[in-house]
Amino acid sequence: WLVLGIAMARFYMQKGTHKGLFRSVQKTLKFFQTFALLEVVHCAVGIVHTSVLVTGVQVSSRIFMVWFIAHSIRQIQNEESVILFLVVWTVTEITRYSFYTFNLLNHLPHFIKWARYNFFIILYPVGVAGELLTIYAALPYVKKTGMFSLRLPNKYNVSFDYYYFLIAVMISYIPLFPQLYFHMLRQRRKVLYGEVIVEKDD
Amino acid sequence: RRHKPGALEHRRDVAAQGGSPSAAHHEVRSFFNFSQLVLSAGHLRSPPALKHSKVTYFEVEILDVQSKKQICIVDKVPPSSTLLDVKHKFHKACPQWYPSRVGLQLERNGPYLKDSISIQSLAVSSIITLYFTDLGQQVSWTTFFLTEYSGPLLIYLLFYVRLSTIYDQVESVKNFRHPVVHLACFCHCLHYTRHLLETLFVHKFCEGHTPLKNMIKGCAFYWGFTSWIAYYINHPRYTPPSFGHRQVSFAALAFLMCEAGNHFINVALAQQNHSGSKACFPSPTYNPFTWLFLLVSCPNYTYEVGSWISFTVMTQTLPVGIFAFLMVIQMCLWAKKKHKLYLKRFYPEVRRKAAMIPVIF
Repeated sequence: WLVLGIAMARFYMQKGTHKGLFRSVQKTLKFFQTFALLEVVHCAVGIVHTSVLVTGVQVSSRIFMVWFIAHSIRQIQNEESVILFLVVWTVTEITRYSFYTFNLLNHLPHFIKWARYNFFIILYPVGVAGELLTIYAALPYVKKTGMFSLRLPNKYNVSFDYYYFLIAVMISYIPLFPQLYFHMLRQRRKVLYGEVIVEKDD
Repeated sequence: RRHKPGALEHRRDVAAQGGSPSAAHHEVRSFFNFSQLVLSAGHLRSPPALKHSKVTYFEVEILDVQSKKQICIVDKVPPSSTLLDVKHKFHKACPQWYPSRVGLQLERNGPYLKDSISIQSLAVSSIITLYFTDLGQQVSWTTFFLTEYSGPLLIYLLFYVRLSTIYDQVESVKNFRHPVVHLACFCHCLHYTRHLLETLFVHKFCEGHTPLKNMIKGCAFYWGFTSWIAYYINHPRYTPPSFGHRQVSFAALAFLMCEAGNHFINVALAQQNHSGSKACFPSPTYNPFTWLFLLVSCPNYTYEVGSWISFTVMTQTLPVGIFAFLMVIQMCLWAKKKHKLYLKRFYPEVRRKAAMIPVIF
């Protein structure tokens, strides 16, 4: 992710514009973001003590954005919202992975812990905004080309409309995002302030 | 004292009958008899008024599990009463919490106590403290199943008659419907009607309740999937099965057999439940459909899964296949649980049986 961040910064400094930035970093992005599937495997196997469901939802939304929106729908690759969520993801992932690394080395500097549990307060909503705007920008192209859709009649009597599916995905952010956000806020309170939520005892 | 008048009467009689020389002798004898009577009278019994004050009534203090505040005290609880009686008394004191909604625990993180537990077994002293949790709005199992099954029945019919808002009217009117569409509607309605009738007349749900949330989740699942599959089967652009009439008739026959099998198994289980003989595993009868009891421990789930797979093959519709797949997973989980229970209870008979699919699982 550091490589990705530096590549993005270099591109912007050289070209002065964000157009074409996605094309130049896409291979690195796809490689590292897809590898994040291993995180779900780690949770399922048990070496990491996080809920499989939470990790699974986060990783799958990332992979969905990278492969099914940004990769498949070429026309939106130069949108500003793409840069928005790319920057957010880069900063978040660099902080997160350094936190894990230093934790494993038992040598965690306080500022990394502080960054990991405070940056998300701003970055998370900004990232979600970037993703939603990208999907919204992609909708007209999906409708025009009818991509990933299956129409009747067909042998298995099923139909799938990618356009309505994307709209459903956008709506699903409404219940899911607050849950994940408050989950992270609770984690933050627990780790930074040692607040443990228990019932009051006599 | 009770015996004394009798003895006195006896003496009077004797004195009245006998002459004076034997009167003194008789008196001594009577006194001897009387004292014998008194001695053989047995334990001194206390009069009724004293008897009642020896019974200890319990007091049940009910606290809220989160705030630990006292909600109310149920007093004058006789030791022979059960938790259900306490819940009824609690309901009288606080009318908004009817007994099926009340969850009582002995400790804050302990298990919920069953209604049939007697107060005597819980008591450490004459005051018992229980923690109360509101289990939420409850519905009876009968209501739960009736709602869950009547929904799909009606929803499928709405799609079958091709309501104008669902399908394009122009296409719907001129379209010729393949006979499999009518057959599918008949089979689907048969399945859910059978479930409804069994809920009403065959199954015996002994006054259990379940939270309303479960009903909403179950109904959302069944009704949602029924809408999805009914949409495709009754669509004007429906494609009939690839192998034509042979596929349809074979699948329809399998479906009917599974429905009949499911019905007979449910009747057999209900009869066994009714006669109270839970002491042995249900045995196969002369009815060939019950012979599956020899191979599996939960044949009702086997037949249910069989019905849905036949329906999938009959209509050749992917959404039905997805629904059948999810039902298979759910039935496998339930069958595994039940099989474990049976292994504990009826080990020798159930040992070589599979849980749901003969030989395999």
